[in-house]
Amino acid sequence: MIKKVRRHIVQDEPLLFEISSPGKKAYQLPELDVPAVDAVEALGAANVRSEIEGFPEVSEVENIRHYTRLSTWNFAIDLGLYPLGSCTMKYNPRINELVARTEGLAWGHPYQPEELSQGAFQILATLEKYLCECTGMDAITLQPAAGAHGEMTGLLLVRKYLESLGNPRKKVLVPDSAHGTNPATAAMVGYEVVSVKSNDHGMIDLAALEAATDEDVAALMVTNPNTIGVFERDIVKAAAILHAKGAQMYMDGANMNALVGICRPGDFGIDVMHMNLHKTFSTPHGGGGPGAGPVAIKKHLEPFLPVPRLKRIGRKYSHDYDRPQSIGKVRAFYGNFGVLVRALAYILAHGGPGLRNATIDALLNAQFIRKGLEPYFDLPVTEPTMHEVVFSHDRQEAKGVKTGDMAKRLIDYGFHAYTTSFPLIVHGAMMIEPTETEPKRELELFIDAMISIAKEVDEDPQLVIKAPHLTRTPRVDETLAARRPIVRWKP
Amino acid sequence: MYPENFRYTKEHEWVKVEGAMATIGITHHAQSELGDIVYVDLPKVGTTVEQGKTFGSVESVKAVSDIYAPVSGEVTAINEALNTTPEKLNADPHGDAWLIKIKLSNASQVDSLMSTADYQAYLGS
Repeated sequence: MIKKVRRHIVQDEPLLFEISSPGKKAYQLPELDVPAVDAVEALGAANVRSEIEGFPEVSEVENIRHYTRLSTWNFAIDLGLYPLGSCTMKYNPRINELVARTEGLAWGHPYQPEELSQGAFQILATLEKYLCECTGMDAITLQPAAGAHGEMTGLLLVRKYLESLGNPRKKVLVPDSAHGTNPATAAMVGYEVVSVKSNDHGMIDLAALEAATDEDVAALMVTNPNTIGVFERDIVKAAAILHAKGAQMYMDGANMNALVGICRPGDFGIDVMHMNLHKTFSTPHGGGGPGAGPVAIKKHLEPFLPVPRLKRIGRKYSHDYDRPQSIGKVRAFYGNFGVLVRALAYILAHGGPGLRNATIDALLNAQFIRKGLEPYFDLPVTEPTMHEVVFSHDRQEAKGVKTGDMAKRLIDYGFHAYTTSFPLIVHGAMMIEPTETEPKRELELFIDAMISIAKEVDEDPQLVIKAPHLTRTPRVDETLAARRPIVRWKP
Repeated sequence: MYPENFRYTKEHEWVKVEGAMATIGITHHAQSELGDIVYVDLPKVGTTVEQGKTFGSVESVKAVSDIYAPVSGEVTAINEALNTTPEKLNADPHGDAWLIKIKLSNASQVDSLMSTADYQAYLGS
């Protein structure tokens, strides 16, 4: 009987648990040449757990093949356009990796003496300086490890600052177009969340903002450009409304890639903001490496920044822990150093004019997609598009096809799905962000794929509703998975 | 579709008042917009809810949405069945899948809510 009829990489892959065979090992250690130590005796019974039952036992080659095969099933930015709106899935330039692998940086350790860390400190100080210049802010902490972590750090700064004035206040305002992390952060920091409605242009409604802003408001958390990819053109007026009541302007800098080199949050009234180095500054997302969510602030918030701060005396850098008003530590050591190195490499490789060009290209690419798809999909907000464009599935819904169905069909065309059902203020949102790194040819392939899907919806909606068809696994039941999650494998 | 003895909010909750007691839920329109509901977060019995303020949330495959109290009062019962069978909210939002029952603290608040005809007109707009 012929068992193997297809290439390895198109075979289904069992779990390691399923190919486990007792006694197999992926390593070989030399014979023990010292007396064996009993772990319970040495560490105490409380610190030793019994053997993990059912742990997979496989050889090295089985282990390597398993993960290598799985890796070929992934979609990645290195394979094609990844138009996941709001996530800014831009290409990660290889120069970043080259620099991060420099021996002294890759092997540096946060516990090595400060005298031996001067180069690393200089990298951090240089990145701080450039990020302040990009944002128009006065000072920055590089420590937060992700965007939401940055949000929390930023709001803790606001809280501590307001406390120093005698009253931490009670409420944080969040537009109804906000990322879900914004209200979550405000709640975590102990504030009541008040949602502010957007107007017909998808922007903050100044009248609603004015009505909601009183002496109990600690801050407004605003994203600019907002999640519809529209610049909040009344941002200066919004800042004035907040500042008149003594409240702070927090900016979610998730969409900073639409501003770099063109305009600066510090110049339009922002007091505190985070940015995502893994978005705007091209460091890897998710599995490709940890994130980084630096928080930049205006002078009045500086005393409260997390410890340690970088201090420079003459030519020598050191860590400064003597900051009595600091909110304390938010992260081990000084943040995700390897990510920070990559971000600086990106900034230096581009230079000022290059960063500005990247921003312009990001906007141009989003415009190109908007113009290509506007005849085929509803566009509820027609304000000028910045770095991303949000269509609605309304026209296709008449045929029973929703945003999630078309996103799944897109997989069959060889692209990653766009963002579905977000932002919430657009009915059946289809949120597309190409980023600046996409060549025109790739954008045209994507537009052709979307037009083709729109035609399929007209001619054969079931084809789209049942997509994807060309993947290893057909449509999975997301609802069942969410209602009855099985989080542990059992034989 | 929308019972005549209910009153409705712009955020798509309904309330049915019986004497000093009221039952609160989300509307058919709300469940249809949310899609398949996978989790319902409700307050504890004995807590108070305030008109216009959020008292819980509904999570669907698409998003988590706050639920706002149509009227103020003290929670006297919650629909425990939704913990294990949130899908009931898709199937019977105006009946079996009520969310909470409260003892009204200010019955006149009901007058500020939409009638069935008003709500249907609101949906149509």
